[in-house]
Amino acid sequence: MTSPTAAAPHAPLPADPHRSWYEESARGRLSHLLDAGSFSEFLGPQRRELSPHLALFNLPRQFDDGIVVGAGALAGKPVLVAAQEGRFMGGAIGEVHGAKLTGLLHAARQMKRDVVILFDTGGVRLQEANAGELAISEIIRATVQARAAGVRVVGLLGGRAGCYGGGSLIAGCCSALVISEQGRLSVSGPEVIETNKGVEEFDSKDRALVWRTMGGKHRYLIGGVDLFVADTVAAFRAGALAALDRPPTLDQAVLAAEQARLERRLARFGDTADGTEVWARLGVNQPTDVPDMDLDDFLTIANRQREGADAAR
Amino acid sequence: MLPAEILTSLFPAGHQVTEEGGLLAGTGRLDGQTTVDVVGITGKTYPGVDEALTLAGRILDIAARPAPAPLLFLVDSGSQRMSRRDELMGLSETLAHLAKALWQAERAGHRTIGLLYGGSAAGAFIATALACGELVALPGAWPEVMDLPSMARVTKLSVDVLKEKAATTPVFAPGLDNLFATGAIAEIWDPAQPLSDQLKAVLARPATGDERARWGLDRGGRQKAAAIAREVEQLALAHG
Repeated sequence: MTSPTAAAPHAPLPADPHRSWYEESARGRLSHLLDAGSFSEFLGPQRRELSPHLALFNLPRQFDDGIVVGAGALAGKPVLVAAQEGRFMGGAIGEVHGAKLTGLLHAARQMKRDVVILFDTGGVRLQEANAGELAISEIIRATVQARAAGVRVVGLLGGRAGCYGGGSLIAGCCSALVISEQGRLSVSGPEVIETNKGVEEFDSKDRALVWRTMGGKHRYLIGGVDLFVADTVAAFRAGALAALDRPPTLDQAVLAAEQARLERRLARFGDTADGTEVWARLGVNQPTDVPDMDLDDFLTIANRQREGADAAR
Repeated sequence: MLPAEILTSLFPAGHQVTEEGGLLAGTGRLDGQTTVDVVGITGKTYPGVDEALTLAGRILDIAARPAPAPLLFLVDSGSQRMSRRDELMGLSETLAHLAKALWQAERAGHRTIGLLYGGSAAGAFIATALACGELVALPGAWPEVMDLPSMARVTKLSVDVLKEKAATTPVFAPGLDNLFATGAIAEIWDPAQPLSDQLKAVLARPATGDERARWGLDRGGRQKAAAIAREVEQLALAHG
């Protein structure tokens, strides 16, 4: 084993809590999420652990393979963190990228240390598809094992690449999820559905349809996530802290409750065709107004009408 | 092999496994002592929210039983169902729930053995076959993350170029041999031998942890994953 790499240097923080989470890089998000100066990176870019597969496709590689993993503190509480970089290959998960997260989760289980994952991924990296697919399966297993050991695994969903494909299945194994309006959580992305099923099934150019089907507001209203926050670095920090107060428990009772919750969702909404119909059935008076509502108005209505997950995840 | 042939070869003492809506459920008798719970997805079915929840519900019922029998998950699926309704209803949650249900069964003492005998792809593969404690396959199984024509569209390379590249590495192209080399599959069974004996041999071995990164290294399909994961783990532990 080599010695731990030095903590990555941080630029002095511009004290602007209103900075957009969506617009930030993975490293920028981490620097605003964690207590100032608390972050230490593992296998940082100076180690140049490049993807061994992208050269075959003559594609550029990145020294951190599109994910930053390390340790830090949140309001004084030590946490392990992983941040995906949506600006490198859409945050897609390859062999090295995935293995960094798997290793972090294995350590979390042994240390009983909570983990915060900053999702920003289109899913498996196709140029190393088999390695990426297996990495996701290994990450899922490591996540549920960590949770069974009492570790909270919190997912933050507000990155520019969304949280798609296998990334969305990892998110589905987290103990709590925080999302912004800009967050998108879905297995098949809009382009994938359109390519496979035709534009009549899903018009990927229709951005309003994308938000109504897989966007943050819809996911919050149906209980697919636990907390809805503004698209700012300060709001995500507050959301992460609140999510870390939720229980990590994953056992037969939690999964039976999740089964009942998801069955109830299908019974209640399974015949609807659009997000607005779901929201109308939830009792939202003007469902077509939901996409344009500001944060306060939305939360006032959503917190009264939404389906909660109540730790059944 | 067809599902009926597989079940006959697996359970010479008889089985009550039935198919409905592309899903399998029931039990089989491996021998006089051992009954195996069977679930499955068959006929290249694309699991959506309904199928994933049905499977997860059955698996959670099995997990809750006091006497933990082995659980065999037969897999011949498509990818996850790609539709507006499935995503509207939260397919990511239901597929993750299915993977968690399988893990819960394993944690409750059931050996969970996936038997991949046909196709499986993308998110469906992750939530079914790959979520079992051990995955075995029959020759002719065809696991894939994405088919080559779709991959050609995304990577803007021709299928011929992709095939040429696939000859040099198992890391991206579909197929059983490639997924085996990356460590996804514990072993490939011999269809000429009784499947019951091969299942008994798997069950006779003690269950291990997740060995897939090591297999990927040993088989040359994933040369970095095991070392990277181990190093990050060690660095985190050392950091404290």
